[in-house]
Amino acid sequence: MNKLILGRYFPGESWMHHLDPRSKLLAAAYFILVIFLANNWQTYLLLWVFTIFVLYSSNVSFSVYLRGVRPLLWLILFTVFLQVLFTGGGVIYLEWGPITISEFGLLNGAYIFCRFVMIILISTAVTLTTKPIDLTDGINALLRPLRKLKVPVDELSLMLSISLRFVPNLLDETQKVMDAQRARGTEFGAGSLLQQMKTLVPIFLPLFASSLNRAEDMANVMEVRGYQSGEKRSTFRQLSWGIRDTASLLIMLLLTISMIWLRTETTGY
Amino acid sequence: MGKPILEVEELTFKYDKRLEEETLSAVSFTVNKGEWLAIIGDNGSGKSTLAKLLVGLLEPQKGRICIAGTELTDDSKWEVRRHIGLVFQNPDNQFIGTTVQDDVAFGLENVNMSYEEMVPRVNEALRMVEMSAFCEHDPSRLSGGQKQRVAIAGILALKPSIIVLDESLVMLDPKSRRELLSTLNQLKHKESLTIISITHDMNEAAVSDRIMMMKSGRVLKSGPPAQIFIEEQQLEPPFVERLKRELENKGKEVPKAYTTEEEMVKWLCKSCLMV
Amino acid sequence: MAMQILFDGVTADYQLGPIRSPRVLKSINLEVKPGSFTAIIGHTGSGKSSLLKAMNGLLIPSEGYVEVGNTIIKSSNNKRALKTVRKQVGMVFQFPESQLFGETVEQDICFGPLNFGVPLSQAKEIAKEVVQQVGLDPTILSKSPFSLSGGQKRRVAIAGILAMNPKVLVLDEPGAGLDPVGKKEILNLISSWHHERGLTTLLVTHDMDDVATYAENVIVMENGRIVMHDDKRSVFSNEQQLINWHVDVPDARRFQLKIEQEMGIKFGQVCLTTEELTEALIEVGLV
Repeated sequence: MNKLILGRYFPGESWMHHLDPRSKLLAAAYFILVIFLANNWQTYLLLWVFTIFVLYSSNVSFSVYLRGVRPLLWLILFTVFLQVLFTGGGVIYLEWGPITISEFGLLNGAYIFCRFVMIILISTAVTLTTKPIDLTDGINALLRPLRKLKVPVDELSLMLSISLRFVPNLLDETQKVMDAQRARGTEFGAGSLLQQMKTLVPIFLPLFASSLNRAEDMANVMEVRGYQSGEKRSTFRQLSWGIRDTASLLIMLLLTISMIWLRTETTGY
Repeated sequence: MGKPILEVEELTFKYDKRLEEETLSAVSFTVNKGEWLAIIGDNGSGKSTLAKLLVGLLEPQKGRICIAGTELTDDSKWEVRRHIGLVFQNPDNQFIGTTVQDDVAFGLENVNMSYEEMVPRVNEALRMVEMSAFCEHDPSRLSGGQKQRVAIAGILALKPSIIVLDESLVMLDPKSRRELLSTLNQLKHKESLTIISITHDMNEAAVSDRIMMMKSGRVLKSGPPAQIFIEEQQLEPPFVERLKRELENKGKEVPKAYTTEEEMVKWLCKSCLMV
Repeated sequence: MAMQILFDGVTADYQLGPIRSPRVLKSINLEVKPGSFTAIIGHTGSGKSSLLKAMNGLLIPSEGYVEVGNTIIKSSNNKRALKTVRKQVGMVFQFPESQLFGETVEQDICFGPLNFGVPLSQAKEIAKEVVQQVGLDPTILSKSPFSLSGGQKRRVAIAGILAMNPKVLVLDEPGAGLDPVGKKEILNLISSWHHERGLTTLLVTHDMDDVATYAENVIVMENGRIVMHDDKRSVFSNEQQLINWHVDVPDARRFQLKIEQEMGIKFGQVCLTTEELTEALIEVGLV
């Protein structure tokens, strides 16, 4: 679990770090759409150049990104494999029952692989350069129009940010309880599956009890400090949209235009 | 000392209506503006229940609470909470914000204060508890003492008249405890803040203006620390009183009145010079 | 038989995923004499808890080794060595009541002994015995630990460790958060257990009066290193150094220093408790 890079924040001072979370989220979502414009090697090449440019400007080392892709690699390869095996067309290299390995199949597999990896890399770049709290702020701001539809956006984002706050606490506590039970002779990850399941009870019960306690304390704290759900609240955290945010969205627009141009130039549609 | 800022009359409370036993029975007391009241008592004396009643987290079966002239009711409690804040025991469970300054601002956001007004309030509150340097920090990475300072700042930002500490210093090490007590003492004098500290630490009780002793839901007695520590021999008093009792046991003369550490040093040195 | 604990050039850090914490223990050399009662002091984050964990194989040295009795803990360790060490070293964590999980108090106390291969009937006998020794009524055994008061929970948690019949007892602030009476009772209990069973005991605490009352020796930690390890009187005679390490002195010693400064004299000995200070005051003729 600790190996997961996606969702982690790496503090830094890069250009990416200073972007407004809203523009980062918008750009990332937009990029995923743009990816579907790609249909030949020229367009994929352009996307790769863009992706590498983004990773480079985040000022986080490439090895961190590679570690981010690694846990998902098997899932990606599995999908690619299916694509390769079940897509026909072009020169056929091998045929065995319903399974064919063809030129188009291989090409499609390669494209799918690129799409997956690029999407992961770009989303990793966003989370690595944005504090979790800024992400929730960004999501909150982008979802604000939904308030008109009676969606409790503010409550949801407060819930999300409090939960995020407690992730490290919960991890610490898990570690502590596990240590305490280890000191009393528990061996984790040893024995049969049933035995392993049994060792989890002494961890989950104390964690459950302390989480309940904490939830009660938190509810009291929030009430005493004047929190009433549904009441109008102001916000201390301010997001500021700067020139670089506009610039980054313009870059996205430029990318789209280049993509469409490359598509029509090379394939005619 | 000024006029009462908190009046509690005949407060009676039990958690379970079916039970005979009352957690609090007919508790009455007043606290003046700028006074520091320490409430002491064993576990189960009802002192933490009292804290919850004071901020309206529980509703009494009988009796009334008046804070800054307003009676605490279900309708008035949101208004009253701007005048009284509660610092809880466990420093880990009272943070909502992701950074120190966000957390301090939480109470201000709840009263829908504008951003321009909030910023100076937050800075001022952090300055009062000497935590300005930590405004961007993650509260969960602070030490216990620092966490409680932030929690206090969160309350001070609302400019309340009363701050209630419900065993808030218990989980801290003695040094942070002493430092926090001296900060609270400054706040009391500079901002004429009223402090109610619920505690079983006699060093904390010793710095108060008045100690109220509770036992099984009733107020046993109340008076200045000097009087309480002299009269109540079963209490574990601050160090100097312990030393005096020990000297007395050895048949030595000691000052009859309650003495602070400095006074005791002076007394010892003087008695020597007279010889 | 009491056990010796030895650290030889121990360096250790925690590793959590890609984040490697700075070294929490730095080239520690330490010899804890069998049967001694040692207090570990130092300000928050100085490595006190890590030192305890290293004695129990919960923190494995990246360099050097820890020797408990005849068992060695080092980076290339097998599970059996760890289990042996954990059987011999009973560790009481901070706020141990938050780790209770059993349906009944008895089940919780039996957990440790059962893990170390004690048969159930015998484990139950032990539970009955230790629960009384921590000052609780045996009828509590059938109750749920979650229904108890804070102080009772703490006792049950400590009983769960004592039930393992450890040779070494390491405790991380066992009195924290308790009222003065409850705290004194717990520490007295540990102290008498230490003497009766001839244990080697290590106690992390912030309360210097506890050090003065219960410990023989003191380890002072600062920034992951042991900066002093001596008998308590020598440690507390060195007040100038202690200030640099953000460590307090016991009340009696603090008061003694005030008088010495005011009078411009020095007492014959370093006073650590109220009783000692009283004696000294009489001896010097101040009262």
